[in-house]
Amino acid sequence: MTEAIIEAHGLSRIFGGLVAVDGYGLRLAGGELVGLIGPNGAGKTTAFNLLTGVLKPSAGRILIRGQDLTGARPHVLARAGVARTFQNIRLFSDLSALENVMCGGHMRHGSSLIKTLAQLPAFWRSEKLIARRAAEIIDRTGLSALAYRRAGDLSYGDQRRVEIARALATEPAALLLDEPAAGLNPSETQKLVELIRRINEDMGVSVLVVEHDMRLVMGLCRRVQVLNRGKLVAEGTPAEVQADPAVIEAYLGTRRKALANA
Amino acid sequence: MSKTVPDETPLPIRGFAAAALVAAAAAAAVWLAQASLSDYVVTLLAVLFLNAALAVSLNFTNGFTGLFSLGHPAFMTIGAYVAAILTFPERRKGTMLPGLPEFLATTELSLLPAILIAGAVAAVVALIVGFPVLRLRGHYLAVATLGLIVIIQSLATNWDTITRGGSGLSGIPRLTGIWWAFGFMLVVIAAAWRIKFSSLGRAMMATRENELAAECVGIDTVRVRMLAFVLGAFFAAVAGALLVHLISVVTPRTYSVLLAFNLVVMVVIGGSGSIIGAVIAASAITVLSEALRPVEESVGLYGMSQVIVALALILVLYLRPQGLFGSGEPMIVRRLFGGDRFGQTP
Repeated sequence: MTEAIIEAHGLSRIFGGLVAVDGYGLRLAGGELVGLIGPNGAGKTTAFNLLTGVLKPSAGRILIRGQDLTGARPHVLARAGVARTFQNIRLFSDLSALENVMCGGHMRHGSSLIKTLAQLPAFWRSEKLIARRAAEIIDRTGLSALAYRRAGDLSYGDQRRVEIARALATEPAALLLDEPAAGLNPSETQKLVELIRRINEDMGVSVLVVEHDMRLVMGLCRRVQVLNRGKLVAEGTPAEVQADPAVIEAYLGTRRKALANA
Repeated sequence: MSKTVPDETPLPIRGFAAAALVAAAAAAAVWLAQASLSDYVVTLLAVLFLNAALAVSLNFTNGFTGLFSLGHPAFMTIGAYVAAILTFPERRKGTMLPGLPEFLATTELSLLPAILIAGAVAAVVALIVGFPVLRLRGHYLAVATLGLIVIIQSLATNWDTITRGGSGLSGIPRLTGIWWAFGFMLVVIAAAWRIKFSSLGRAMMATRENELAAECVGIDTVRVRMLAFVLGAFFAAVAGALLVHLISVVTPRTYSVLLAFNLVVMVVIGGSGSIIGAVIAASAITVLSEALRPVEESVGLYGMSQVIVALALILVLYLRPQGLFGSGEPMIVRRLFGGDRFGQTP
């Protein structure tokens, strides 16, 4: 069994009286591609925010490559190798697409204040390195033609790809995608699926996808988790999960199931 | 190799050479001005350079990092008092400030170490104040930094032994000349330019554009905000120190809330985050308010220039809310100094 990139045990988050996520667990190994599905309001995004440090868990632990980072701020988790995108795209709108991706390289290669002000050779080397790596990622994600465009002016689908490119620039071990296909048309979705596959297979990055589009998840992932009302109700291969009565209940409710069986 | 960035990234040497050339040309112009123009105009030019430096240094917080700070006058006051006490002639300290502690009473520094110490003291204050204040966002931060001005002012008014209270310190040696002001402005512009077009500057702008996303790509936004705040405070304090060594007097009211307003207007009119914009707006406003002074006096409408500045702000916010250059720099300047490689439309 390969080393676990992300290990979460018993993650819970309570908002006031509402238990948004209750005892969520995950073991994301190197090179895996896992899907997280569930009906609206099931707690998928909350689980995501817990895994990336955006929210602090009320209970539970998060280990990144064996290191306990429970309650750490997002940039600490990013440094440890967890990158993410957002359901409602969050780009640095006023910067160019290339600059957005270069921001992702700051953490790993950016120069300190002293080096920057003193204009040491190390500063110019790091600037070149960041630019070259960002340009490579821009090319790999098919954004070359848009590199110098203002990120806020790009189409929705392109913005999603810039966000993924920016996440890749942080040189992650695990990439967490929050509804990457939301609002995309079928051809854009197809391109996105290919991109996610390439990231997973060619670049060796583990991926966790939260998605609404069932077909996308079932076609893409080898392992699927199902969340309902904050709890994990099923986990397994797409085929296993689709046959699981708890999943059918989560999506369709019990009465319909009874009708369907009748 | 990639298609996006040319293999031949332009050498930094080109940008340096262009910067050195422009600086030399500007220096020649300054030399010509001080040789041929009246003392009044030369002093006005020095004030103009210091205002430009102040507006550019306010850009670290208000422009690049998106922190709406009004704290500049507070740090300028700190810098002014620290430097003035350090450079004050030893023999006159006994009469002017009899209550001064022994080690301060016996020191008399030259201008350069004094302004550096002034900057360092303000930077430390910014660091301490930053911890609670930078947790605030938007208007809350503006109000908190406004409060900082009031706190520093009352400290300066009441700490008699060091500051001589409300009457302030007069007879400060006139050590700042046009060259100090000019040199300092160049240093601030160069520092701002280098930071803006660096990974650190992009981290600041990322923090401004979307703090959560910046955190999630590994940028320590708390640190970045603090860095911008402390840098701005350092340069503000040095400018405040230089200015009192030009006008040779400092009181708790020398740098007031009105100055904070004027500096913010310069940054907003120039375009938040634009270095060249800040320089142009600061120069224009300085010249305008000085040119209007005789008019004010003849017509008897004192404060008219302030009204005009405020009207200019309203007009800009109405007609061109992004300011002269938005957050960018004019393309010709970017080409010249090498800030054009990753921005929009090369």
